[in-house]
Formats: sequence, C-alpha cells, structure tokens
Amino acid sequence: MAKIRVETTINGDAAEFLCAGHQSLLEVLRDDLGMTGTKEGCTTGDCGACSVVVDGRLVPSCLVLAAEAEGRTVDTIEGVADGQKLTAVQQQFLEHGALQCGICTPGFIVAAEKLLEKNPDPTEEEARYYLAGNLCRCTGYDKIIRAVLDAAAVMREEPA
Amino acid sequence: MSAPVSRFEAPTEVEAAVALLAGEDGARVLSGGTDLLVQMRLGAGAPALFVDVKRIPRLSAVQLDSSGLKIGAAVSAAEIYENDSIRSLWPGLAHATDLIGSSQIQGRATWSGNLCNASPAADSVPALIACNATAVIAGPKGERRVAVEEFTTGPGQTVLERGEFVVEFEVPAPAPHASDAYERLIPRTEMDIAVVGVGVAMELDGAGAVASARVVLGAVAPTAIRVPDAEVALVGSRLEEAALDAAAAASTAAANPIDDKRGTVAYRKKIAGVLTKRVAKTAYARAQSR
Repeated sequence: MAKIRVETTINGDAAEFLCAGHQSLLEVLRDDLGMTGTKEGCTTGDCGACSVVVDGRLVPSCLVLAAEAEGRTVDTIEGVADGQKLTAVQQQFLEHGALQCGICTPGFIVAAEKLLEKNPDPTEEEARYYLAGNLCRCTGYDKIIRAVLDAAAVMREEPA
Repeated sequence: MSAPVSRFEAPTEVEAAVALLAGEDGARVLSGGTDLLVQMRLGAGAPALFVDVKRIPRLSAVQLDSSGLKIGAAVSAAEIYENDSIRSLWPGLAHATDLIGSSQIQGRATWSGNLCNASPAADSVPALIACNATAVIAGPKGERRVAVEEFTTGPGQTVLERGEFVVEFEVPAPAPHASDAYERLIPRTEMDIAVVGVGVAMELDGAGAVASARVVLGAVAPTAIRVPDAEVALVGSRLEEAALDAAAAASTAAANPIDDKRGTVAYRKKIAGVLTKRVAKTAYARAQSR
C-alpha cells in the first residue's frame, strides 16, 4: 500500500515524511524523524509522556495519527529550549531535581510550558490538576510541582 | 500480528466524508481519536480506512447567537471549556466537558466522540441531555436531527446508520432564569470514569419556583437516562427538603446500574440520589443568579 506523504512544520522548521495510515505521530517522530525526546509510555493516552503541541493544543502524540499532521504545526520537547539556553521550566526542573528516571520529564515540561502560557500564576491545585495527565512513578510529584510553580514565579519577574 | 494496513482520508466536505463512510465496511470516523485509537491499540485492530473529519470547516465552527449554540462536532473539549460564553451560558455542560480525561486528552476529545463511543459513563452526555442538545447527523439520505437523549441505544450502540456521522450539535439558549449543573462521583479527584454522573437543568418562574427541570443520570443504566419522576418532584418547588428528598428517591429508584469494580448496585443507586440533590441545588443557585 502506498505510503502517505505528509508536509508539516515541526519546531518551526518545514518537515516531510512518509507514513502509513495507522501510524501515530509519536511513532513517526521517534522512529522516522529521530526525535526521541518525546517518550513512549502507555500508547493509550493515559500517561502524558508523549505530550506535544499541535496547532497550539497540548495533545498526546500517541493518539494523533501522523497523517493528521499535514499542514499543521507540531512543537516537541526538542523545540522548547532556545538553543543551549534552557527555559525557566527546564532550569527549575534541574534545580529542584524534579526527575529521576526521566521518562516522564519531556512530557511534563511540554505540558508545564503550556500551562504557564495559559496561566502565568497557577495555584498549586491548578498546576496539579493541569498536570494530572502526566504520570511519574519516581518522584511523588512534589518536586515537579515545586519546579513548575517556581518557574512561574521566575517567568513573572522577568521584564516583558 | 501482521502489520495493520489502514488508509487515511481527510475530506473537506461533508458529502465526501459520507461517501467514504458509506463506501466501505471498515471505514471509521476519526475526530479526536481518544477512543478509536485506544481501542485500536488495545486489540480492536486498525480500521481499513480512517476518515479524519476535522478538515471539514463546519465541524470546527462555533456559532453562538440568541437562539443558542451551534458547534461543530470536531471542536475539542479544551476549546469548548475555554470559551467564556459557553462556560457562562451552560456552566454544567462546560464542567462536564472539562472532566473528560487529562489536559492532553481534552486537546483532542470531542462531544461527538464521547456520544458516539456510547459509554454509559460518558460525562458530557448527561449534561448535553439536561441542556436539551440535538445532534445533527449527515448521511447518504441527507441530514437528520436527533435529540442527544435519543441518540444512544445501548452500551456502544447508537442510532447512527452506515455512512452517517455527527456534524454538529445544537444547544438551545437557556431562558433568562435557567441554568444547569453536572457532577460525578469518582473515587479519585481527577482522571477517572464516573461511578455515577448527574446532570440537571432547570428554569425558574418569576417567583423563584422551579418552572421546568431536566434530571439526567449517567453510569447507572445502559445509557444515560432522564428521570421524569425527579423532574416532577422539583417542579413547583423552591427546592425545599421534601422536594429534594422526593427527587433523590426518584433517581435512586430509576437507577439501574451494574455491579463492577467501580461500585456496587446499592452504592450507585444511593449516590444517584445524593448527587441529584446536590446537583439540583447547584443548578437552582445558578438559575437564581442569572
């Protein structure tokens, strides 16, 4: 069966790939485009490890078909930092040691960036609810939530 | 397992989507994919053809005027919840929509998917029924409108026939002193499936008594069900204790749940009554303040 040719924009750059109809965006990102920052956890939309942003929406890339990306914009963990310059969220994850095995971390960072874009001053409860779809089996979440709230504080103090 | 082979089409017109869906047994509608792709992963197999309906402009349109809301079937839960007008006019329906899955799932999930998946526990469905929503269906014979209340015929079963799909929903504008509410019981605080869900919409008369009410239960029967006896109990009242008790008793009596890992029959029946009271009070307070 002929593969589907898809032209899309990933992290601001034009990208092109071939995929089968059933293939997920996650699968193509990792296996065909070599962008392995986005992690595969459950493949059923429960864990958040594969979080990406499509046309500005936070979505689980395991539940997006690769063919759907035609003409859309896709933003992944690889596009979060500005070159070597980490974002406040990334920096606070490091400073709080908000990770252990690291599998959930890219999804948490992509989701937390989206949270803080929508809500620059979330309460702890709001942050916990927004990130409830990102599962971490190592940290117990506390350091992650502290990192996100501190990143929000850092971002608010920065001049526009 | 041999590699699944699926074709993928993303038509931009309703008629083209109908033709694709009608033309092949294995064609499935893809909107958010949060049920379809999960079922595929869990062993249902890949469909022969995915028909992605999100490129059809009408399916993403949101139109709100004095008569109410007309909203494309592929609009995501996140977009619905973020809409200030929808949240203010139908707070219960917006809340029910916000309860579906995680932030990530909400970026994909749709009312049409929640309805067509036909789980008895779907959160948006009792709320849509309470708000008297209608599904607009396109198919080989043209379009038809079906009340959400009549749409689901059993677990996983709907009125949709071959080639048909939901293109939009219509939700009539609430009257001046009318509002709605939805709550569910889950053993966790987030990310779970309703053990019981209750949606209530009501309109008050000039004197502050309930003029009309719709009471809908989810997760306690093969489909979401209205409870006419609870509605009758509320009408004419100002939610005095006796009226609330009668409505709760009606919901408990109407609930026809199964025993499963999320709750026993007795527990679910009791909670159907408890939530009916609670949700009715919320809807009443909202209707008073409009």
